[in-house]
Amino acid sequence: MAGMFIDVKVDAKIASDPEAAKKLVEVCPVSIFAQENGGGLRIVAENLDECVLCDLCIEAVAKGGVEVIRLYDR
Amino acid sequence: MRFYEHESKALFARQGLPLGKSGLARSGDEARRIAAEIGAPVVLKSQVLSGGRMKAGAVKFADTPDAAAKAFDAILPIVVNGQRAESVLVEEKSPIAQEYYVGVTWDGRRKRPVLIFSDMGGIDIEEVAEQHPDHVSKTHVSTLLPFTPRLAKEAVGATGVTGPELNRLTPIAAALVEVFLRYDLTLAEINPLARLDDGRFVVLDGHVDMEAEAREIHRKLLEEIGIRPEETRQARPPTDFEIRGAQVDAADHRGVAGNVVEFDGNLGLVIGAGGGSLTLFDAVRQQGGRPANYCEIGGNPSVQKACELTKLVLSKPGVEKIAVMMNVVSNTRVDIVARGVVKGCVESGRDPAETIAIFRIPGSWEDEGFKILKKYGVEYCDRSVSMYEAAGKAVAKLSAGGTT
Repeated sequence: MAGMFIDVKVDAKIASDPEAAKKLVEVCPVSIFAQENGGGLRIVAENLDECVLCDLCIEAVAKGGVEVIRLYDR
Repeated sequence: MRFYEHESKALFARQGLPLGKSGLARSGDEARRIAAEIGAPVVLKSQVLSGGRMKAGAVKFADTPDAAAKAFDAILPIVVNGQRAESVLVEEKSPIAQEYYVGVTWDGRRKRPVLIFSDMGGIDIEEVAEQHPDHVSKTHVSTLLPFTPRLAKEAVGATGVTGPELNRLTPIAAALVEVFLRYDLTLAEINPLARLDDGRFVVLDGHVDMEAEAREIHRKLLEEIGIRPEETRQARPPTDFEIRGAQVDAADHRGVAGNVVEFDGNLGLVIGAGGGSLTLFDAVRQQGGRPANYCEIGGNPSVQKACELTKLVLSKPGVEKIAVMMNVVSNTRVDIVARGVVKGCVESGRDPAETIAIFRIPGSWEDEGFKILKKYGVEYCDRSVSMYEAAGKAVAKLSAGGTT
């Protein structure tokens, strides 16, 4: 589920990779990502609008693995 | 943050200031017991955060424990300047020979604390200063250099007090300065300080205001005195609206969105930035507007925090529109606040374009913020529009609806 202002799309391969998921959880300053029991990635919908557009998640994984969408740009 | 009289005295006691025997009563039975323990005539004083107790009949004398219980029952229901007490201070009645005034407050012009002393206590110090200026001394003290009793002696002596009184009053005035400096107070006042028939000095009444920002530093002290974290302790008890404002701020550590004060106007304010709140509040009034509230946002509050504050302001009956205004910001992001206030409007079931009279927050990430506002049809402006002009735009929108 998207936020009101921000949505985040994660490539399915990244989302299912525990190492990539761990990295995303670590880098996000506003806890948009969570990891289920050391496994796959979960998006914390209620934190999406807190995104500070720092791009750390984009840089943490392979190019194109994470996309941060500004819904107000559409 | 204002202290009740009994709390002020608890603070004074820590610094060795001379106090009469006393106890705090929450029932007539307790008043009777305390009076019996004191074993002498007592005075009972309503504990409210306001002056005017004597005029309101909320100070009574009792010669016996039974009379103290009766006096308690008579005092408790009395409303003093809109405040009803929950407790009554029962204190031994002192045979007074003379009354003095000692106070320490902040001189904003000199940017230093000032010790004020008068040998004419028991009445309004401003009145004494006006009518008997030679009986009032003002002595500025340093917050950097150690305070020396010599300054206190000069302050007392400047009103003509000499001899044993001068020697006995000096350590009291010095101790009050120490209390003021040690506990980050904005006011420490003893009025009256009484010289008794036997020559002893006793603090009869005292008031203390602590700098609100110092609450955290003195958390342990406040706990010991019995002041709970949720108590705002302004000049009047907080309204439900203000309590909820404090809860919004406390619920999220990110940034500030609080210090909410309720007023009775129709323009809700979401304002802040390094003194910007006060400036903007004044600007709204100068432009003929009626603020519904005061508040402070800053330090980059989260979207959630700005949203909750907006919802709170909009929940206040009579609020037609809100004005979101700050000075130029560097440590608060415009886009984050924009998201918060727009979300707050939407979650309150209001159209942001209709509800936000003006959004005037220039600074960090303003281009991103302005995109959001544009998307939702909110009128915004950058730093080329002054705070005063922005306030005028907000007020004009209400005026256009014939509501100011």
